[in-house]
Amino acid sequence: MATPYVTLVAPFVDYGFMRRALAACAALSLGSGPIGVLLLLRRMSLTGDAMSHAVLPGAAAGFLFAGLSLWGMTVGGFVAGLVVAFLAGLVSRNTVLREDASFAGFYLTSLALGVLLVSMRGSNIDLLHILFGTILAVDDQALYLVGGIASASTLILAAIYRPLVLECFDPSFLRSLGARGSLYHLLFLVLVVLNLVAGFQALGTLMAVGLMMLPAAASRFWSRRIGGMIGASIAIALLSGYAGLLLSYRCNLPSGPAIVLTASACYLASILTGPRGGLLHRLYAPRPLHP
Amino acid sequence: MVELEDLTVAYGRRAAVRQVSGRFEPGSMTAMVGPNGAGKSTLLKTIAGLLRPYRGQVRIHGMDRWRALAYLPQIAEIDRSFPITVADTVAAGAWRRIGALGGVTAELRQEVADALATVGLAGFGARSMDELSGGQFQRVLFARLLLQAAPVMLLDEPFHAMDARTTADLLALLQRWHREGCTIVAVLHDLDMVRRHFPQTLLLAREVLAWGPTADALDARHRHVMEPMAVDWGAEAAYRPRAGG
Repeated sequence: MATPYVTLVAPFVDYGFMRRALAACAALSLGSGPIGVLLLLRRMSLTGDAMSHAVLPGAAAGFLFAGLSLWGMTVGGFVAGLVVAFLAGLVSRNTVLREDASFAGFYLTSLALGVLLVSMRGSNIDLLHILFGTILAVDDQALYLVGGIASASTLILAAIYRPLVLECFDPSFLRSLGARGSLYHLLFLVLVVLNLVAGFQALGTLMAVGLMMLPAAASRFWSRRIGGMIGASIAIALLSGYAGLLLSYRCNLPSGPAIVLTASACYLASILTGPRGGLLHRLYAPRPLHP
Repeated sequence: MVELEDLTVAYGRRAAVRQVSGRFEPGSMTAMVGPNGAGKSTLLKTIAGLLRPYRGQVRIHGMDRWRALAYLPQIAEIDRSFPITVADTVAAGAWRRIGALGGVTAELRQEVADALATVGLAGFGARSMDELSGGQFQRVLFARLLLQAAPVMLLDEPFHAMDARTTADLLALLQRWHREGCTIVAVLHDLDMVRRHFPQTLLLAREVLAWGPTADALDARHRHVMEPMAVDWGAEAAYRPRAGG
């Protein structure tokens, strides 16, 4: 009999791999929820996407040297992500290209390089694993890593939250106070890469950014406050992780896409029904009378 | 006192402001005027420490620069759709006191509420900045200036596109700060307002054309600079040559 318990809870009680996957999703939601909101507010949504691709060649290089080793691919991905972020920033500051264009250039290069590196040694299965992740294969070691990154990211973000928000809202004011806006920006980029590397363990390089940006974009329709947006973003990410895993278990779907598609469904639902500028809300809101 | 020594500021290889020397005396109230592209904002940003001069320097006597100066950016440079609360925006004025990690105490919260009351926005603390009108937005930024409590205020077009009521209220606030001994430098376009309320004027067109008492600086000698300004800014800043002037 399909009682609510059997449908909604039992898989996580019965199977260790489902529990670990859920825990990994929860950690990812808490870590990357706020990061996604800040990326969104800084109009850097595509930067997150570009950086997730940039992680790939590093992870692939780690794979080339150490096989499917957690630490090899993590360190490789982190270094590659930072290098691309740094180079893209350098190009946009010193040439005519704007940041989005220079990021696009670098991430396309990274993606091609990454795929090339993996196929030099691995199989197509390995490639799929790196690109799209295998959250159901998250072991204790990976779980510690994801949890550790999420915790560190949350603490660091708490420490630099105020200047980061100020720099985003009114950059020249922050600089007029003698604060080092660029330093906070740099730290923030490090956090973005760290969270993408954590997400890569569970969702793969291409899907990791989904759990970061989709809930963030949806959160704008639920709150007019940064705090509220962060809360909404974390809640939506948690829901997506849970529902996505359940869906993947019940319908035998690949888990990464199931989670990201659930987040997409939340995003679409928010566009339609969100109380802060959602479409339905606009349609039925009292209109001002025209004279 | 703020002293400019042979200040040249360049964007790339183009000099935006050339060889500006002079001083803003303590307690002076100066309007910075000039045609579009004259380098007014550039000069103000350089004084505020946002731009590095190509040559020359800005000297602040008797105080740490970041404490001495409060800077009001042009409203167009701020993301007005940003979802931050009014109270948080004003509290940012206390940055030199609380930095990135210091707590917002009950005392500071009271100070924020008082500052909001002073600019005519009592009770607005919990609102979001993206709900405010342009005039209300500018009032909040003035409240932030209040919290900075700096002896020198640099304001970039504080009254641009403001309604008459807001302009009058904020101008009264500037005059109060002036009476209390603040040094005020404001980039302005409305020459009538400058004549009526600003004792000193710096007339800038990439270099200093005149810097001194307003009546002298806005003299008919500089009509060739001021007439195009009046055309650019419409009737609001109408240049009215005096009879026989």
